[in-house]
Parts: sequence; structure tokens; C-alpha cells
Amino acid sequence: MSTPGIGPSAPFTHAATNVQKTMVTVLLALVPATAFNLYLFGWPAILLFAVTIGACVAAEAICVALTDRPVQPTLLDGSAVLTGWLLAMSLPPWAPWWTGVLGAVFAIPLAKQAFGGLGQNVFNPAMVARVGLLISFPVVMTAWVVPHPLFAAGSPGLAEAIQITFGTGVPDGVSAASALGFVKTELTRGIPVSQSLPQVPDLMDMALGLRAGSLGETSVLLVLAGGLFLMARRIISWHTPVGMLGALFVMGTLFHAVNPERFTDGVFHLVSGASVLGAFFIATDYVTSPVSKPGQLIFGIGCGLLTWVIRTFAGYPEGVAFAVLLMNSLTPIIDQYTRPRRFGRSRDGEPLPAKRAP
Amino acid sequence: MGSLFPVRGGVHPDYRKGLTSEKAIVAMAMPELLYLPLQQHVGAPAQLLVAAGERVRKGQMLARCDGAISAPLHAPTSGLIKDIAEITAPHPSGLAQTTVVLEPDGLDEWTNLPEPIPDPLNADPQVIRERVANSGIVGMGGAVFPAAVKLNLGSQYKIETLLVNGAECEPYVTCDDRVMREYASEVIDGARIMAHVMGAAKIIVGIERNKPQAIEAMTKAAAPYAEITVIGVPAQYPMGYAHELILATTGRETPAGKRTAEVGVVAYNVGTTRAIDHAVRLGRPLISRVVTVSGGTVREPGNIVVPIGARVADVIAFCGGLTSQPARLINGGPMMGQPLPSLDVPVVKGTAGILALAASEVNDAPESPCIRCGSCVDACPCGLVPVEMAAYIRKDNLQGAARLGVGDCIGCGSCSWVCPSHIPLVQYFQYANGVLSDQERERRKNARTKSLAEAHAHRLEKVAAAKAATQAARKGAPSHTPTDKASA
Repeated sequence: MSTPGIGPSAPFTHAATNVQKTMVTVLLALVPATAFNLYLFGWPAILLFAVTIGACVAAEAICVALTDRPVQPTLLDGSAVLTGWLLAMSLPPWAPWWTGVLGAVFAIPLAKQAFGGLGQNVFNPAMVARVGLLISFPVVMTAWVVPHPLFAAGSPGLAEAIQITFGTGVPDGVSAASALGFVKTELTRGIPVSQSLPQVPDLMDMALGLRAGSLGETSVLLVLAGGLFLMARRIISWHTPVGMLGALFVMGTLFHAVNPERFTDGVFHLVSGASVLGAFFIATDYVTSPVSKPGQLIFGIGCGLLTWVIRTFAGYPEGVAFAVLLMNSLTPIIDQYTRPRRFGRSRDGEPLPAKRAP
Repeated sequence: MGSLFPVRGGVHPDYRKGLTSEKAIVAMAMPELLYLPLQQHVGAPAQLLVAAGERVRKGQMLARCDGAISAPLHAPTSGLIKDIAEITAPHPSGLAQTTVVLEPDGLDEWTNLPEPIPDPLNADPQVIRERVANSGIVGMGGAVFPAAVKLNLGSQYKIETLLVNGAECEPYVTCDDRVMREYASEVIDGARIMAHVMGAAKIIVGIERNKPQAIEAMTKAAAPYAEITVIGVPAQYPMGYAHELILATTGRETPAGKRTAEVGVVAYNVGTTRAIDHAVRLGRPLISRVVTVSGGTVREPGNIVVPIGARVADVIAFCGGLTSQPARLINGGPMMGQPLPSLDVPVVKGTAGILALAASEVNDAPESPCIRCGSCVDACPCGLVPVEMAAYIRKDNLQGAARLGVGDCIGCGSCSWVCPSHIPLVQYFQYANGVLSDQERERRKNARTKSLAEAHAHRLEKVAAAKAATQAARKGAPSHTPTDKASA
């Protein structure tokens, strides 16, 4: 019943925001860590990175086209690129091309579009893909390599890289264990943490990224810088990262103090694995985490606790992806219990009593 | 400066007040015709006192109060009543309303105004209330609630504080800013008169800090009076919402669904305060108001004294006309204003702004899927969860939205403004509240019908039982079968 010239209701002005800007800002925040790690792990990593993002975008385009929705606006929102990017950062850098493609199938059609597309999915698509791949192909998904910087002696050239990514895979004798994996393996062999920990790269190397791991797990400092950039741009708030890293640190420190032979310390937990990437980029995923600030704090703490539990007691050395997925399933419940108090009402929704300040 | 209390949520829109904030208030020339709708206030429309062909003088009452909540209407100038007609009202519905069409005679000749009330600060409150009621003054911040009715609250509640609302949180709008800068003493005087009427011991003036000159002028005007505190509040939309400003300046939170008087505070817009001052001190009714005319397509934006009833087109012409076709034409501010159905509608008592915005100012974009970013939750000053309510409404589960408190939405537009997906959330909530109130009306009607029907059936039963009893008595033997009684 709209008269010409009336249009929608107020407001008639709008913040200079849109979904695309948000996604692009997150991608920008990932650039330093990604660029440095692509340099560290060389051509095979670059190939896998490109294949994974390409596969995610292609998968999104196919799903959207199949359901008769406009393809171009959907792709331009940047969410498929971001999913592909985060997935690529969670893969072993020299993993074969099909991990990226299969991961894209897990992430986009299954974890995202089957739920209704952007904003509708319950679980973080990149983490669904990572966990799906890890459970299905445990050997391939844990074939880490130590850094082989681009153009350095002994690093694979483009031709060799094509062999690695699209052909034979990681050459023999190159693979190395991640720090978390090494400590866990040593523990199962009866070697206490106090003896295995000195053999992993020191904290500085860990923080800079000079160690084996996925693109997003190494160079903690650059990932952290990206996360702080997101906070400065108000894309994310402190609640989720502080909750997650805080819980991880507290649990690590407490248990390490009680039994240093069995438990790694808090700082080691923070700099190893995907802790920082998870805290700033994965657990903060808008769609799959709570909408209120208190909810995000609870969500972050839950992610941190579960990560510590899985790393410490479960069969897998790294638990960030599992922890985030488990907490994703709790998001609707957390949302329900962390709604703000309404103006003029008590927490249970009843109007405030008419009392006056003295 | 008084103390401040934190308020929840809010946003920081681009204020763009600089377009008009340094433009002193000027009066526009009297247009050729004035269009005066009988309803420019909340409540019953005023009742006509004049007929077409009659000559009226400036300030003469054209229509009187009808009922407890209503406001009279006065002639903004002298002239001839040309017509009483149904004319499009300044409302997005575009519906027509009974309107007095007045042709000014150019003499601007005053009627015999009521005498100024001597020494109003010691006068009988009832005398002042009557004067305000007869002067047609309504809330000029946009709520257009009859001011005299609000003044009566002093007899029902214990009012401790009168809050003068100079927050003016809407972008573009600067009429209150200019009134405070240019007529601070009148605003303060009006506030003191009203505080006296309501028995309020304290007066607080709340002004957003983006108006330092207004704060300075008001502080200066208030300096002689110990009971007045001028407070600079953060420029944080929607600070001008009375409940919000009361919380920020007094720390008192009005219970949901209650009046602010419940916490001992009554709020008035600065324009209203000044109008009351004029009515009491000069005997003048409300016949004009300051309107901010602004927006990217207005050639000479400004703050204009507009006679009530001037067409928007006349006001814009006074401001040099439009430079290009506006993307939006708004009555009020860009956050809570109403779209104007056309340029031919008149300025009414509640018109604080006329905005003709260019497309670049509107920042419109197609709606995209919700990404659950939670910005709306942070922005909502009412503590609502717009993302969840919108999800329910999209599925037509309005009861679900009602449980989450959609009825508490004040329509401030903060959530819509901040939404990166450009979802028109406020429109969702207004739709839901409209349907819910329809359903509630229907439910009440049904309940009433049902109780009437039950009462009717009950009466019939009683009659039948009485009949049966008389028949049984006539037969001389009481019935031994209880089933008879039950079926009776």
C-alpha cells in the first residue's frame, strides 16, 4: 500500500557499514600472518591456499546457482572467500590439493548452504571442514613440515611444488611433528613434559612461526596483530578472545603448577596450535557465536576450557576446532540465557517497582 | 554540572548539524494560505468554532478542546476562513483530515489576548494550567502530547524534578539548539513556572555535549536560580528519549509501561517550555514554531519561525528551494521522522524538522542476510535482542517476538541504523506491534462477547430452573430425581 515517494520507514540514514566491508576487514587482518606463512612454507603452501579458496568460492557459486539465487551478490559478500581462507590456514601447508577441495565440499554445501546459506549455519564451516578432514584422513592431515622459505636453498621451486601439491605429496624425510603433537606422542611413550618440552622450538621461534604447523598456527604474533586490528576496528570485541585465551592460560598454568611432569604450562598452550587464530578469528565468527557480550565471554571461556581438555586428555594433540564446534552447538542456549535486561524491567521481565531514589 | 549515570546502547550517527547550527532563527514571510488540521496533537481532534467565510484575528481560537486529552487550535494570523476542507495531513498514510484553510489578510492583527498572569511563580497552579490548556500547547519535541494534561500529573504524583529536554539527539535538527542559544531566559523562565505548577523542587536541563554554546547560554540564564542544574550529557543517540535522559541525569529508571512521573520526574522539550512562557507571560497561544529546514538538497538550510499551517512547499521556497530532486523528504529527524507524503502538507505543532536528503546522505543499500553480528543487541537502548525478534517476525511468530519484548521497542532506529545487512528492523517491529495490538483488540472483543454470552446462558438457566421449581410446587410433590435438576 505504499504511496510513491513514501518508501520504507525511518531511519533514513545509515551507518557506513555493510557485510562486504566487514568480511574484507577480517580478510585484511589475516593478510600479514598469511603472507608471512606463505613465504615460510613456499610454493606448495601458495598452491594449496589458492586451490582451497577457489574451491570454496566455486562450491558457493554452484550451490547458489542451483537454488536460483543471485550468484554475484552472494559471492561479493566475501563470506566464501573467508571460509576458504580460514580452512586453508588450518591445513598442513604441503597437504595435497584434494584436501582443499574436499574441505570446500564439507564447508560450503554441507556446513553452510544446507542450513540456508550465510547467517543460517549452526557450525563454523571452516572448522567442520577441518574436523571432517582430520577424522577422515588423519595421516595426511598431520603431515606437518618445518618451514622451507621461498627461494631459500632446499626449498621446492614451482615445478617441485606442483609435484607436491598435485602429485606425490610430501617427500619422505621432510615431515615433522607439531609441538603439541610431539609433546603428546612423547607422553604416550612415557616421557614427561619436563623432558619433551625443551626439545620443541623455543617460545620466540614459536611466536614468530619458525616451526612446524599449519598456516594459521605458526607466527602467533602476526595473527595476534591481526586480531588486535579487528578489535581496533570494532569488528570483534575483547570478550571471546580474552575468555578463550584466559581460560586456556589459567587451566594450563594451574595444572602445570600441580604436576609439571604431566601438564604443559599456560604460555605453551597460548603460543602453540591454533589458540590465537581460534580466539580472534574462529571463535569470534558472528554467525556461530552468541550475539550478546556476556554470551561471547561465556562462549570464549567454554572454547578455552574444551581446548585445554581435548589437548590434555583426548587422543588428538590439538582441540581448538573440536572445542569451537562443541561450543557452536551451545550458542542458541547461551543466547537464550544472556539476553540483556530490558529497560524498566527486572531480569525476569517484570516491570521495575516504582521506587524513587532518595 | 551535575553527575551522570550510564545508559545502555545507543549509536553515534553522523550528526550533520553544522548545516544549520550557526544559522540564527529567522521568521518566514506569511504564505498566501495556511492549512490548519484540527488534530495536531495526541488525543481527540479539536472541535471547530468557526465557519467558512468568517474573519478571524491573530491568536483567536479556531477550535476548542474536545474531552480530557485534546488541544485547541488558534489562528496564526488575521484573515479570512476560506474553507473547511478535508486535506492531506502530514502523515505517511497520506490520509485526509478536517482542516481549516485560512487566507491571511496581511494585517497580522492580534485578537484580544488574555491578560498576562501576574507573578506566575506565586500564582494559583490551576490558573496557569487553564492558561496552558487554552493556549493549545503540545509537546514540541515531536510527541505532541497536550502540555496541560501533563501539567496535571503534579496532582497525581509527587514530582520532584522537572527535566528540560534539550538533548536534541536527532541528526540535522538544530531548532532546540538555536532556541536555547537565542532565548535561554524564556526557556528557563517557562521551566520555573512549570516547576511551580507541578510542585517540583528541582529543575534539570539536559543538553547533549555537541551543543556547547547552548550549554553555556542555558547555564548563564540559570545561574541566578539555585534549583536549576544544567547538565551536559554525552552525544549518544537516542539521548533525547525522555526515559533515557531521565536515567542519564537522575539515575532513575522508569518502570516499563509507566509514566516518568512514577519516578518523580516530568520532562518537557525546550520549545514547549518557551511556548508556555509565552502563554503565561504574554497571553499568546501556540501559533508558530521554529523548524529546522535542512538536508543536502536544500539551497539555504536554516532555522525558520514558521506559522502553523504553512505548507512545506512554502517553507522550502523560503529557504531558496531545492537544488535537486531529494531522495527522501522527511518530517522530523532522519532517525525517527516520518516520510512526508508530499510538499503540499502543512507544518504542524509537532514539526521540528523538514529534511530533503540527497541520496548520498541516505546511504541506502539492498537488504542482505543477517550475519548475527550482534551490533543491534549492543545498540538497543531498551535492552532488546533485535536479531532474535526479527527472526521470529520473519517466521510470522509474533507471539515469540512479543515474549522477547517487541512491545518495549521505542522505534528509535538504532538497530536499523547500525545493521551491516541493512535490515529494516524497526519496520519489522512496528509491523509486529501493529498486528499484535489488532490481535489484542480482537481477543478482548471475543472475551467480552464470550462473557456476555455466558451471562445470557446463565440467566436463561436461572429462568428455566425457576419455572421448573414453580411447576414442581404446583404438582405438590418435589422431584426425587436429581438429574432433572441438573438438566434444568
